[in-house]
Amino acid sequence: MKYIWPVFKREFAAYFATPLAYVFIVIFLFTMGAFTFYVGHFYDNGIADLSVFFAYHPWLYLFLVPAISMRLWAEERRSGTMELILTLPVPVWATVVGKHLAAWAFTGIALALTFPIWLTVDYLGSPDNGVILASYIGSFLVAGSYMAIGACISATTGNQVIAFVVSVVVCFLFTVSGTPLVLDFFHAWAPVALTDAISSFSFVTHFTAITAGVLDLRDVVFFLSLMALFLTANVVVVDMKKSG
Amino acid sequence: MIEIDGLTRHFGSVTAVAGLSLKVARGEVLGFLGPNGAGKSTTMKMITGYLAPSAGRITVCGHDIETDTLAAQAAVGYLPEGAPAYGDMTARQFLAFIAEVRGFKSAEAKTRVAASVEKTELAPVLDQPIETLSKGFKRRVGVAQAILHDPPVLIMDEPTDGLDPNQKHSVRSLIRAMAPEKAIIISTHLLEEVDAICTRAVIIDRGTIVADGTPGELLARSRYHNAVTLTLPPAQADAAVAKLKALPAVAGVERSGRNGVASLTAFPKSGALLIETVSALALRESWAVQEMYAEPGRLDEVFRAITTSDAARAKAART
Repeated sequence: MKYIWPVFKREFAAYFATPLAYVFIVIFLFTMGAFTFYVGHFYDNGIADLSVFFAYHPWLYLFLVPAISMRLWAEERRSGTMELILTLPVPVWATVVGKHLAAWAFTGIALALTFPIWLTVDYLGSPDNGVILASYIGSFLVAGSYMAIGACISATTGNQVIAFVVSVVVCFLFTVSGTPLVLDFFHAWAPVALTDAISSFSFVTHFTAITAGVLDLRDVVFFLSLMALFLTANVVVVDMKKSG
Repeated sequence: MIEIDGLTRHFGSVTAVAGLSLKVARGEVLGFLGPNGAGKSTTMKMITGYLAPSAGRITVCGHDIETDTLAAQAAVGYLPEGAPAYGDMTARQFLAFIAEVRGFKSAEAKTRVAASVEKTELAPVLDQPIETLSKGFKRRVGVAQAILHDPPVLIMDEPTDGLDPNQKHSVRSLIRAMAPEKAIIISTHLLEEVDAICTRAVIIDRGTIVADGTPGELLARSRYHNAVTLTLPPAQADAAVAKLKALPAVAGVERSGRNGVASLTAFPKSGALLIETVSALALRESWAVQEMYAEPGRLDEVFRAITTSDAARAKAART
C-alpha cells in the first residue's frame, strides 16, 4: 500500500492537470445520454428503469476506456519517464496496480456523474434502486476490466495509436464472445465445452446478468479475476521489456 | 560502493556492453567517456535497474541489483539521459512525488525537497509546470530529483549536456561539493568536464573499457604530453625549426601558422622535459617569442587514438 498510494495519487492528479479529464468526462456523459435517449428511446419505453441506459455501457466503454488506457504506459515510454519510474525503489507490481486503480477511479468519477439520469427515473416513477445500484457496480467492473486489458496492451508499445487500436480490438473480442457473431463460428465444429467456455468470457453475458438485478458473486469474481490476470500480464510485459 | 563484474548486454544481435568490470569507491567521481553507442548509457541503465543484464553481476552498496532491486535502487540517485520528468507537474509537485515514493513522510519530505531545491537553485521556477521550463532548469529538476534522498551512489547521464557555461559551472560545483561522501559516475562527451570534476576517467569503446586512470594519467598518454609550443615571427621560423630539431631531447617538430605568426610544437623523446632547454635555446638565439608553453597533453587526442569512430565501426561491421 505504501508503494501504491504515491503512484495512484500522481496518476490520478495527472488527469486533472490537463484538459484531458474534462474533455473525457463531457464526451462520456454526452455519448451516454445520446445513446440512452436517441438510440435507446428511453422515454418511449415508458418503463421506470435504467436497463436501456446500462445496455450501452459495454459498447461505449469499448472506445472510451482504451482512450484512457492507451497513454498509461505508452506515454511513459515515449517521454522517457519510464526510466525514471522503473529506477525508483518501487516494485513493478505496485506501479501497475497504482496506474490501473487511478485510471479506473477516474472512469468511476465519470460514471458517477451520470447520476442525474437516476434522479430522473426516480422522480418519474419508482424504479428498483437495488437493481440500479447493482448495475452501476456491474458497469464499474466492466470499465475496470477494459482498463486492465488496455493497460497491459499499452505497456507493449511506445505508440499510443497502436495501443488504442489493439485495445479496442481485444476488448471487442471479449465483448462479443457471447454473441452469435462469434459463437456461430465455433458451433459448427467445436465441442460444446469450448463454445461454452468462449461464451463464458463474454463481458455482455456477465454484465447483463448483473443488470438483471442479480449481483451474483460469480459474475463479480469473473471481472475481478480478469483484471488480476491482465494486471499480472502487465507486470510480466514490463519486466520482459527490461531484458528484451 | 559500486561493483560491476563481467557485465554484458545484448540487444538482439548487437552487443552493447561486453564483459565490463569496474569498482567505484566512496569519494570517487568517475567520468565515463566514449563515443556515441559505446555502451555508456546502457551500463548506467543496468546499474540503476532499468535494464536487466544479459550476463554479469552488479552490486550497489552490497545489494545485488537483480535480486535485491529495491534496496539497491534506494541507495542510488539517477539522472537519466535527457532528464525526463512529468511535464504536466510543477517542479514542486514533482519533487514532492519523488520524496513520497522514496518513503519520506510529510515533514521530512518538505525538508528534503527544500534542501534539494536550494542546492540546485530551483526556487524561482518551483511552481511552473516542468514542460514550460528552459532546458537548464529542466536539467536541474532532474538533478534535484536525483540528490533528494542524499544517496550514497549517484549516477548521472550527461548532467551538463545543453547547459550554458554558468549552469555548467554550478552543476559541476554541486557535484564537486558532494563528491567526498559519495560514489559518483557521470557520463559526458565533454573532455574538459573530466578535467574539471573527475578523479578518475574510464574510456569505453564497443562495450569494453579501453582506458582507466586519473585524468592526469590519461593526459600522459597523449603525444602532446610535455610537448612545447612556441609562436614567433615567420621570418625566424625556419632557423628555429632546425635548431629545435638539433636538440638531443627533441623527437620531432611540427609547424603551423596563423595570423602572421608561426607556431612550432616540439615533441619530446619519451620521458624528457623540454620546456627548460627550449626556453634556454630561445634566449640564446634571441628569438622574438610571443608565446611559449608546455602542453599537459590533449585528452581529445588520446580519446581519438584509443576509440573508434562510428564510421570505422560501421565499416568493420560490414566486412
